[in-house]
Amino acid sequence: MRKLSLERLDALLSSISEKMPLYLPVDTDGGAHFVRFQSGLKPSEKLLPSKSAKDIFFPQSEELVNFKVDGKKIEIIDIRKECEDFVVWGVTPCDAKALRVLDNVFLAEPIDSFYKNRRDHGIIVSLACARPSETCFCQTFGIDAADPDCDVAIYKADGYLYLSPKTDKGEKLVASLADLTEDTDEKPVEDAKNTIRERLAKLPLANLKADAFGAGKTSKFFDAPEWSELSESCLGCGSCTFHCPTCQCYDIKDIDTGHGVIRQRCWDSCMYSEFTKMSAGQPRLTQKERFRQRFMHKLVYYPERYNGLYSCVGCGRCLRVCPIGMNIVKVMKKLGGNENA
Amino acid sequence: MPEIKDPLIPAIGVVTDIRRDTPDVKTFRVVTPDGVKPFIHKPGQCAMLSIPGIGEAMFSITSSPTNEDFMEFSIKKCGCVTDWLHSMEPGQQITIRGPYGNGFPVDTEFAGKDMLFIAGGIGLAPLRSVINYCRHYRDRYGKIDIVYGSRSKDDLVDYQEIIDEWATDSGVDVHLTIDREQEGWDGHVGFVPSYVKELNFATNKTAILCGPPIMIKFTLAGLIELGFSKEQIYTTLEMRMKCGVGKCGRCNVGSKYICKDGPVFRFDQLDELPDEY
Repeated sequence: MRKLSLERLDALLSSISEKMPLYLPVDTDGGAHFVRFQSGLKPSEKLLPSKSAKDIFFPQSEELVNFKVDGKKIEIIDIRKECEDFVVWGVTPCDAKALRVLDNVFLAEPIDSFYKNRRDHGIIVSLACARPSETCFCQTFGIDAADPDCDVAIYKADGYLYLSPKTDKGEKLVASLADLTEDTDEKPVEDAKNTIRERLAKLPLANLKADAFGAGKTSKFFDAPEWSELSESCLGCGSCTFHCPTCQCYDIKDIDTGHGVIRQRCWDSCMYSEFTKMSAGQPRLTQKERFRQRFMHKLVYYPERYNGLYSCVGCGRCLRVCPIGMNIVKVMKKLGGNENA
Repeated sequence: MPEIKDPLIPAIGVVTDIRRDTPDVKTFRVVTPDGVKPFIHKPGQCAMLSIPGIGEAMFSITSSPTNEDFMEFSIKKCGCVTDWLHSMEPGQQITIRGPYGNGFPVDTEFAGKDMLFIAGGIGLAPLRSVINYCRHYRDRYGKIDIVYGSRSKDDLVDYQEIIDEWATDSGVDVHLTIDREQEGWDGHVGFVPSYVKELNFATNKTAILCGPPIMIKFTLAGLIELGFSKEQIYTTLEMRMKCGVGKCGRCNVGSKYICKDGPVFRFDQLDELPDEY
């Protein structure tokens, strides 16, 4: 465990960015967003960046492959490049856990090389949540915001920043910052963890439980009459999916530039009617089915496929962005029977 | 460049031959630029074909794995990609990636069984691969019955191969039917589900259904009525797909991805999935 005075944070960030690209959430006029660090940029004090760090590993859109077409001939151009090591600073514990959710999908055989490339080279520095908000419910999914699942966990306490490496990648990063940091005992961090856990216990959603959901619950919930009422006002705008750190559905589209063809993928949403529409028909005819798919996938189908892990990390972004005020918490309360939680 | 191959980056395929089967179905023969079969597959598996700039779509591989020279796809014209495929000339390059999906359990659950293939319309395309595999390894299977129906005689895919090769094999019975009377047709007239019931098959067979959802629904009910159990009946599902490798989310039904865990399922397995396919 190492520490440095918070007054020297800019020097620390500058030192990292001299070694490799550093991304961190910075306040903009449209909320906090991950940007590449330049000297003088201050990390946002906001609880959550508008979009999670997912964007860095699985970008909203990216090129997969290019083609040149000449008469009847096609040339395939593999544009992939091995990326350099980089640091993502200030990832929240929920967003860090969300990467594990994405890992199960993208790193399963056959491996998605675009995602793996960035995961192999990305070093996640996660700030333990000192002041979680009323929309937070990471605890519901077993996430400890005081002990993030990442490469380096950082804590702020009594004017210092504490750095606790948790993986080999994290050890290397922290070792490379030895000039700026000093050794410390773990007591202040243990105290900070306790304070965080006390705050977490007092959150309004602290008692929300996911136990009613999980593997094997399809027949219990699929035909539940509550889906009609829950989905009634859903606009199908997809805001929830686009802000969600665990949503991983994507589309693949070709763009003919006139000089060649770019095949790119971009985020897509199961909330959209086009998502499953095919010439042979439409398996999900109304918004009710599409709405149900999103929540069944997060709470039942995904855990069934991936060892009980839920595909929600309780970040609360969907509670903030939904234009009709619908969200996974309301779904869980209504269907899971813990309405008073 | 990352050393691993990416499943989304395709290879080049050359369409060497295009055969018109019906007014809206053509069969495309595909090889690599070196003139060999693009890859090894199992009956019932699929491949992603694309024309850069138009799009990519998933098709079942119609040819049998026992065909060592090329791969074939019987494709109905019904969208952007298929329109383009239908309008092209032999010699055209396309892109191809695969194989995708589980395929039929031809060497395990099907081994030694009497086989009953039931197809409607373009639904014969995925079954042709299995049928020709079973015909190739004839001694590994019992009797083979093929029930195939379409709107009219002109809509029967692979008609010449059915008449010249399948129907003349020993131990293979072909039962063709069309929806309405037609001049020059002296075969059976009627829908597939009722024809299957009329034929009153012995219930020891392994049945494989593929066709429009309505045909599947009523044929399944008919087979159950005859005394078949769901454990003996297989089908292959169709869903919209983009990646083919269980990641893009489109073909997710319950905890399964149809592209990766399917498209072949037994009906008792389908009972465990939500009814969204």
